[in-house]
Amino acid sequence: MKKVLITMILALLPVMGFAAGGGAKLDKVKVDLSDQTSLQRGAKIFVNYCLSCHSAAFMRYNRMATDLGLTDEQVKENMGFITDDTGKFKAGALMKATINADEARAAFNTVPPDLSVISRSRGANWIYTYMRSFYRDETAPSGWNNVVFQNVSMPHVLWAWQGTQVAEFRIDEHGAKRFEGFKTIKAGSMNEKEYDEAVRDLTAFMVYLGEPAKLVRYKLGVYVLLFLAFFLVFAYLLKKNYWKDIH
Amino acid sequence: MEKMLAWIEKRFPLVETFEYHMGKYYAPKNFNFWYYFGSVALFVFVIQIITGIFLTMHYKPDTNLAFASVEYIMRDVEYGWLIRYLHSTGASFFFVTVYLHMFRGLIYGSYRGPRELLWIIGVIIFIALMAESFMGYLLPWGNMSYWGAQVILSLFDAIPVIGPGLAEWIRGDYVISDATLNRFFAFHVAALPLVLIVLVFLHLVALHHVGSNNPDGIEIKKHKGADGIPLDGIPFHPYYTVKDIVVGVVLIMMFSIAVFFWPEMGGLFLEHDNFAPANILQTPSNIVPLWYFTPFYSILRATTDTMMPILAGMTFLVALMTIMSTRSMRVKMVTLGVSAVLLLGYFTLGAKVWGVILMAGSLFVFFFLPWLDRSPVNSIRYRGWIYKLAVTLFVLSFLELSYLGTQPASGLRVILAQAGTVVYFLFFFLMPFYTTWDKTKPVPDRVTS
Repeated sequence: MKKVLITMILALLPVMGFAAGGGAKLDKVKVDLSDQTSLQRGAKIFVNYCLSCHSAAFMRYNRMATDLGLTDEQVKENMGFITDDTGKFKAGALMKATINADEARAAFNTVPPDLSVISRSRGANWIYTYMRSFYRDETAPSGWNNVVFQNVSMPHVLWAWQGTQVAEFRIDEHGAKRFEGFKTIKAGSMNEKEYDEAVRDLTAFMVYLGEPAKLVRYKLGVYVLLFLAFFLVFAYLLKKNYWKDIH
Repeated sequence: MEKMLAWIEKRFPLVETFEYHMGKYYAPKNFNFWYYFGSVALFVFVIQIITGIFLTMHYKPDTNLAFASVEYIMRDVEYGWLIRYLHSTGASFFFVTVYLHMFRGLIYGSYRGPRELLWIIGVIIFIALMAESFMGYLLPWGNMSYWGAQVILSLFDAIPVIGPGLAEWIRGDYVISDATLNRFFAFHVAALPLVLIVLVFLHLVALHHVGSNNPDGIEIKKHKGADGIPLDGIPFHPYYTVKDIVVGVVLIMMFSIAVFFWPEMGGLFLEHDNFAPANILQTPSNIVPLWYFTPFYSILRATTDTMMPILAGMTFLVALMTIMSTRSMRVKMVTLGVSAVLLLGYFTLGAKVWGVILMAGSLFVFFFLPWLDRSPVNSIRYRGWIYKLAVTLFVLSFLELSYLGTQPASGLRVILAQAGTVVYFLFFFLMPFYTTWDKTKPVPDRVTS
């Protein structure tokens, strides 16, 4: 059994290399969770594009709405497609992908991973860089490849915004393929700055999605510490009083 | 009130018990910073039990549901995120306090007579705690939970003859599976907490029987007043209860900073790879146990084939020194026999088996500490430079091994881990010699402040 397991792991090593990200350099992104409009813009992109194939099945629509300052009416208006199993609008539904697992397998040969906590396993910088690193690759099944995630099954969903780019590689002295940079071959509807900002908003939303409690825990933490500091003063005075006769 | 107490006292030793353990338990008055971590560890234990009970109400020990149920706690359960972070941060803080508590015992000689059993119970608590946290770490069913458990349980495979069967028996399956998750859940929430509670109780009973040691490492019971109370002792309650509250609040503040601002602690308390569900087809690029296991994990990984001659050299050295320093023919013969068996073992059993033996040995060696130390004094305050140097090297090797355990094992790192392992074990096995050679300072009669 152990031998089988080890063989399996060894056989998977090359695949794991890709899954680990190929070691591409990641761009840093600064997300601001207190910027509610940024989160709302990100949510719009996420719900309209990502949720077509990916799920965020640990998250509920109305929880997102409350946290992002949206009313149930706004949710119903903009995300009226949220339905329960019987097809009725349900604000408390989980954020599930539009396509089911079999359809996904038929289209991509794999089921797209759930994105609920992806920002916590991959990190914000990874998502930000990944979404900006798709390039045309005619040898890939979808016609797209990604510098951050080599041979990923996912096509470039936001290509109409970013435009089409190709990646330039150089073969270094060790014979390894090194990424040099991108070259735009067809402009999208957004310029580079606009696209980067859209992806930043999306990343911010996904950081929120990874841990909704992040919006409240810093605030609560400050109150807890203030209370403890206040309590400490009296605890110290009590101790001082008791210990005054110990030498 | 008074009447009620008398009524109870006649039927249950309420006041008597309180006085024995708190109100009339006389502790040395010169406790310093290092003496808080016992109470603090007890406090963290209580936090773990309370938060654990609430987590159990929402968690599902099922491979299909476990990961989602943890995220359900993080999102849909009221303050579930707080309960979960208190529990996950509490686990790390438990080990921080236990390590500091053990270090205190080490430098002030708290393991020495008549406190040998107190120390031994403590070491058992430490090992039970490691089992408890190891099993708890599987429960979120993240990818690191899965592969971490896979690696650690495969260690049992290395045990000759019974190994593979034993590993299978523990897992309940050929691989980590639903059966494993369920039994780990049972152990984590029922069996081991019960064991720990009993052990902590025994630890306190032993402590209050022999009395607390102190930074001077001298017995306060030697100097008693006319009333039979140690002159340098003060009642634990109220003096140390009020003092422990002050320091406790400071430590809770540090704990809160971790819980509210850095619950992941940069991947040390909650690992990034554990936010992906367990996946049998995708091994994390670097399988790392949580930080509190890394020193021992380092020792395991450092034990490669190149380590065998070094181990042989160490065994030869310790055996030679033992034989030369004793007149007893019996000790000489036993030493010869044991080292012959060890030397034979190094070159026949293989490095993997020895890795497991050394890892277990690095924990079990603590049991022997009371008999390895031959110094006439207890506290580091009155010991000479050799012991101080030895303790410093030991702490450095422990920290070095902790760090290396979080890194991939390759090249120079393996050699450094091997050096750390040698220092770690020599600290213990050379202790009978360097504690006898060391020049000690005169010990005061009464405690110093």
